[in-house]
Amino acid sequence: MFGFDSPTMILGGLVTGIVFGFLLQKGQVAKYRTIVGQFLFTDHTVLKIMLTAIVTGAVGVYGMLELGLIQHLLVKPAQLAANAVGGLIFGVGMAMLGYCPGTGVAAMGEGSRHAAVGFAGMVVGAGIFAAVYPSLEKGFMKIGEVTVAVGEQVTSKVTLADITGISPWAYIALLAAIAGVVFTLIGRWERQQSPGA
Amino acid sequence: MSDTPGNPVMRALRAKRWNPYVVGVGIGVLSWITFLTMDKALGTSSSMVHVAGLVEGVVNADKVVGPGANSYFAKEINDKTPMFDWQIFLVLGVFLGAFISSRLSGDRVRECVPGLWEWRFGPSKAKRYVAAFVGGAVMLFGARMAGGCTSGHGISGGLQLAVSSWTFFMAMFASGVAAAFTLFGFGGRRHVRV
Repeated sequence: MFGFDSPTMILGGLVTGIVFGFLLQKGQVAKYRTIVGQFLFTDHTVLKIMLTAIVTGAVGVYGMLELGLIQHLLVKPAQLAANAVGGLIFGVGMAMLGYCPGTGVAAMGEGSRHAAVGFAGMVVGAGIFAAVYPSLEKGFMKIGEVTVAVGEQVTSKVTLADITGISPWAYIALLAAIAGVVFTLIGRWERQQSPGA
Repeated sequence: MSDTPGNPVMRALRAKRWNPYVVGVGIGVLSWITFLTMDKALGTSSSMVHVAGLVEGVVNADKVVGPGANSYFAKEINDKTPMFDWQIFLVLGVFLGAFISSRLSGDRVRECVPGLWEWRFGPSKAKRYVAAFVGGAVMLFGARMAGGCTSGHGISGGLQLAVSSWTFFMAMFASGVAAAFTLFGFGGRRHVRV
């Protein structure tokens, strides 16, 4: 049971994590006040980072797909009841803890003590989900499953482009436009909060 | 901090704060690299299943591997995704990366009870720790039900335009806002930066 990935993947994971953790800490999102401040709309750092990462990532990943540099995406199954209810539960826990899983681990790296307590809670929460999963897997987890046929195969690992037949680039352009509007509004709001800054 | 000596690179590494848009582009580019070189997408919350499986496995290994294993552990920890997989090292790396960054900038914290929390619920460490523990447990339960967290669904799934991830993202943001205002009220907005 204590199997290891290949040395290349271990090293790759570690280096990726170090860069990710470094960026999260420099972005100030390893801090309770930044995360809770986003939910209370007093600090918009989280939205700025996430939307920029999503748009940047989308251009590169779909670009590499078009160029044949990567062969496939890594989409998670659309099981809308589980995705939505899980998201609602997640938001409550995240507001209580003040970190998400990744930023919580980064906060531990920065020295936060209550983040470490939250980490112990996360492990227990994962264990509790494993314990109840057998009673959910055949019923609840399948509610609202969205599938498309790709060749011979039917898959629930679907994108907005798959289910609508619209080019992913249209969605990426729309996302970039939304991000632009959101960033402009945030900028205007921030200038109102601290005139002269 | 602006008069820190050294070359521009060291100055940047020692800075306490980077522009959030620069950080966002950095995370986006990091995703390109993981897709291209490792056939992986950034994520963190499945690792908590691995750690839970590790803890459980020490007590009762039959529940984690083999024919009598719990179906969720069997789904998450197997020959394709071993116990010590790519992502668990990523999570270890996140800890190290944040440690290095905070050491370089001197931005070390020993936060036990954040200011906003103290303003609303008092200075008790025990109370804060109970809430942090329960919050962490509730959050991970939700993440595993949804199939991912803020990184796996939010960033990686969002950038792939995944239907599951955008469903998760909107639900979790709405519920986080509602929960934060329920916990701290409108008055809490003035105490976030304490």
